[in-house]
Amino acid sequence: MQDFVQLWVYLSTTPLFGLTATIVTYVLAQASYQRLGQAPWANPVLWTVLVLAVLLTLSGTPYPRYFSGAQFIHFLLGPAVVALAWPLWQRRSELRRRAVAIALAGLVGGAAAGASAVAIGWALGLPEELLRSLAPKSVTAPVAMGIAEQIGGIPALAAVFAVLTGLVGAISGKYLFDAIGGLSMQARGFALGTASHGIGAARALQVNADAGAYAGLALGVQVVLAALLMPLVARWF
Amino acid sequence: MPILTGLAWLLLCQSAGEVLVRLGGWPLPGPVVGMLILLFALRLEVVRSPVGAVADALLAHLSLLFVPVGVGVMTHVGLLSAYGLRMLVVIVLSTWIGLIVTALMLRWFLRREAPTGPQS
Repeated sequence: MQDFVQLWVYLSTTPLFGLTATIVTYVLAQASYQRLGQAPWANPVLWTVLVLAVLLTLSGTPYPRYFSGAQFIHFLLGPAVVALAWPLWQRRSELRRRAVAIALAGLVGGAAAGASAVAIGWALGLPEELLRSLAPKSVTAPVAMGIAEQIGGIPALAAVFAVLTGLVGAISGKYLFDAIGGLSMQARGFALGTASHGIGAARALQVNADAGAYAGLALGVQVVLAALLMPLVARWF
Repeated sequence: MPILTGLAWLLLCQSAGEVLVRLGGWPLPGPVVGMLILLFALRLEVVRSPVGAVADALLAHLSLLFVPVGVGVMTHVGLLSAYGLRMLVVIVLSTWIGLIVTALMLRWFLRREAPTGPQS
């Protein structure tokens, strides 16, 4: 028994623990998601995060110790943002042909998401640093962190808001679109990529190839628009 | 091997982006500049085929990459208990507003572009 405790103490302090726990939990969550017919509420990111948070809390593992292993996955967000150039390149002729529609829909939609977050948060009396962390929430987490840093928010909080925003879109998007009606797969995918970045795009990609392509497009457009414009707009406030 | 070469290109573009942002003092995240650099570099065949392989693999599992940050919610329990419900209201409502506005905007544009085209 003593040996077992020592073994656990050793294992739980190495980076191996955080990395293994993350990937194993995600693989299980992904398998359940498939088995449940990709139901929106069975979203694998949501359940992986919940299971890991409960696991860490119950075992008394502090977040930094978990992150020492999980950082290897977290690091890949940077190269993943760079890799977004690939879906943009693949659809470059479409991008050129519909440049105005795509840029305007991305700009207005992204602005509506960010401005409404700040406005509703302000009306509900949230403190300013929370508002500044909420503004970039529709942009993919690593970029949202960078923007929050620029405009005086809390990067770690901005990343959490971005993940929650992604989950809200991925889980409720289908019902919202069905309620509006008459929306093509392109419009659905583009909206998911614009308002709920990578997590919304991952959902769109699983549902339909057309929706996935437009979600990837929207994701890349939103990253560039938000990173360029948001620090400029934030200067007025 | 193509996967490794592709990853090398991604990391090189990201590094170049970080260097440019630091040197130029641009208000842009390094990876975003890296993405723009890669968008130009993809004209070259040596870049295109390895990057395509690794980008497809990386973007297929994009949602896994958000997990470590997402678990970080547990470190903000204080803020969550003080403002949790209000923050949730903000996030849900603003995400819906963003989704509706974007979807309707694009639908309007695509219909104008092809008034006789099929709408599915």
